[in-house]
Amino acid sequence: MSLYRDVGVVLRVSKLGEADRIVTLLTRRYGKVRAVAKGVRRTGSRFGARLEPFAHVDVQLHTGRTLDVVTQVQTLDAFGVGIVDDYRRYTTACAALETVDRIVTEEREPVLRMYLLTVGALRAFSGRVRDPSLVLDSFVLRAMAFAGWSPALGECARCGLAGPHGTFSVIAGGTVCAACRPAGAVRPAAATVRLLDALLNGDWTTAEASEEAARGEGSGLVAAHLQWHLEHRLRSLPLVERHEATIDRETRQPESSNPVPELIRQRASALEEGNGPVSSPGPVNTPGHS
Amino acid sequence: MYEGPVQDLIDELGRLPGIGPKGAQRIAFHLLSAEPADVTRLQDALQRVKEGVVFCEVCGNVSERTRCRICQDTRRDPRLVCVVEEPKDVLAVERTREFRGRYHVLGGALDPLSGVGPDQLRIRDLVSRIGTDEITEIIIATDPNTEGEATATYLVRLLQDFPGLSVTRLASGLPMGGDLEFADELTLGRALSGRRSV
Ligand SMILES: [Zn+2]
Ligand SMILES: [Zn+2]
Repeated sequence: MSLYRDVGVVLRVSKLGEADRIVTLLTRRYGKVRAVAKGVRRTGSRFGARLEPFAHVDVQLHTGRTLDVVTQVQTLDAFGVGIVDDYRRYTTACAALETVDRIVTEEREPVLRMYLLTVGALRAFSGRVRDPSLVLDSFVLRAMAFAGWSPALGECARCGLAGPHGTFSVIAGGTVCAACRPAGAVRPAAATVRLLDALLNGDWTTAEASEEAARGEGSGLVAAHLQWHLEHRLRSLPLVERHEATIDRETRQPESSNPVPELIRQRASALEEGNGPVSSPGPVNTPGHS
Repeated sequence: MYEGPVQDLIDELGRLPGIGPKGAQRIAFHLLSAEPADVTRLQDALQRVKEGVVFCEVCGNVSERTRCRICQDTRRDPRLVCVVEEPKDVLAVERTREFRGRYHVLGGALDPLSGVGPDQLRIRDLVSRIGTDEITEIIIATDPNTEGEATATYLVRLLQDFPGLSVTRLASGLPMGGDLEFADELTLGRALSGRRSV
C-alpha cells in the first residue's frame, strides 16, 4: 500500500516546520490516520483551506516511513463554514472533535461507527437547526457507548436492579440504587436522566422539549462521566460556551456563562490528587451496554 | 554523529522551527568557520532577546520599552486599531505601508483544542483600551484559517454594539494568480460574502 485513498474528517492540525502541517484524520476505512500536508500554510497552496478542522474530505495519501503524506484533497463537506461563524457552535464542535481524538487512541484501526457518528455530529453543528450544546452531549454519550462507557440511565449501574433510580454516580457508571449508592453520588432531576436517555438514543423530540435546568445538569453529568473515563481533562470542555454569552453592560465584558460544573472541578481535583481510576474501568461499569 | 559541542549545536539548531537536520548541520559548520566577531554579535542578539524584550503595555507587541515605537508615534492615527494574532503579523501589515493606525496583538487565536479561550488572549485589554482611548474603528486581521475566523467571529459579536465604534474585517478573497475552479470552499465562501459592487 504505497498510495491509497479514503474519505475522512479532519480532527486536528498542528504546525510542522515552516509551511507544513500534521493533519489528524478520522477516516472511514483506516480509522485514525496522521499525515503530513506539505506547504499547506503557504497562501496559494493547492490544498487551500481544505485541510482545516471540521472538514470532511476525500483524500489521497502516500505511505511514508513515519507519517503518511497527503497528495490530493477534495472537499466533500466544508462543515467549518457553518461552524466558525458562531462561537457556541465553534466551541461545542471543537469539544466533539477532541472527544473523538481521545476516545480513538489506536491509529489505523477501523472505527466505522465513530466515523459515521462524527460526520453526523458535524453535519448537525453546521446545519444550525439543533442546539449545539445538545448536539455535543448527544455525541459524547453515543461516542462513549461506542467505547463501552455508556452510563446506566435506568437500571442500577452496580447491581442491575431495574430503575428508575434517583441517584447518579460517575464513579459507579450511571444511576445507582439506594443500596449500591457510593459516596459522592448526586441526585439529578428525573427530567435530566430522561434527557440523557433521549440524547443517547437519538430521541430529539424529547431532547428538544427539555427545560434549561435539565440541559445544564445533563451537560454537567455527561462531561463528568466523559472526563472520568478518559482520565484526562479535555482542554476544550471548560471553554465550551453552552449559552449565548451576554455582554455585561457595566464592564463591557462578556459575562461568564460557566457551563459546568462543580462535578468536573471535583473530578479534576481528584485527578490531580492522584485519585483517578488506575486503569480504565471500561465496560465493567456498564451492565446492559456491553 | 559529530563529537561533543558540534553535535550539541546541531541538535539545538535542529530544534528551531523550519530547520531540518541538514539545515542544522549547514548552519553549525558555517558558524564554526565564521569570524569570531560575527558569532559574538549573534550571541549578543540572542542574549538581548531573552533579557531585553518586553511586551508593549498598550498593544502587546514586542518592544524595547514599556511602550512600543508605534504606540509612541504621534503621527499614527490613534482612532484606528488593527487587531492581529502575533507580533509577526504587525510586521506583515507594516510592510504593506497601507496602514497608518495602531495595533493590538492578541497573542494567538481562540483555539479550544489547544486550551486557548478568551481569557488566554489579550481580549480584555482590547476592551478596556476601547473604553478609554479615542478608538473609532477596529480592523480585525486574524489569520484566514479556522481559529482565526472563529476569533474574528467572537470579536465582532463582542464589539458590535459599542457606541461610536465601527468594526471591520480584512476582506478575504481569492489568492491572486489562481484559477477560480481551484479555490477551496472556505475561501470562495468568504470571497462571496465579502463581494463588493464595481
Ligand atoms: Zn444497585
Ligand atoms: Zn504598542
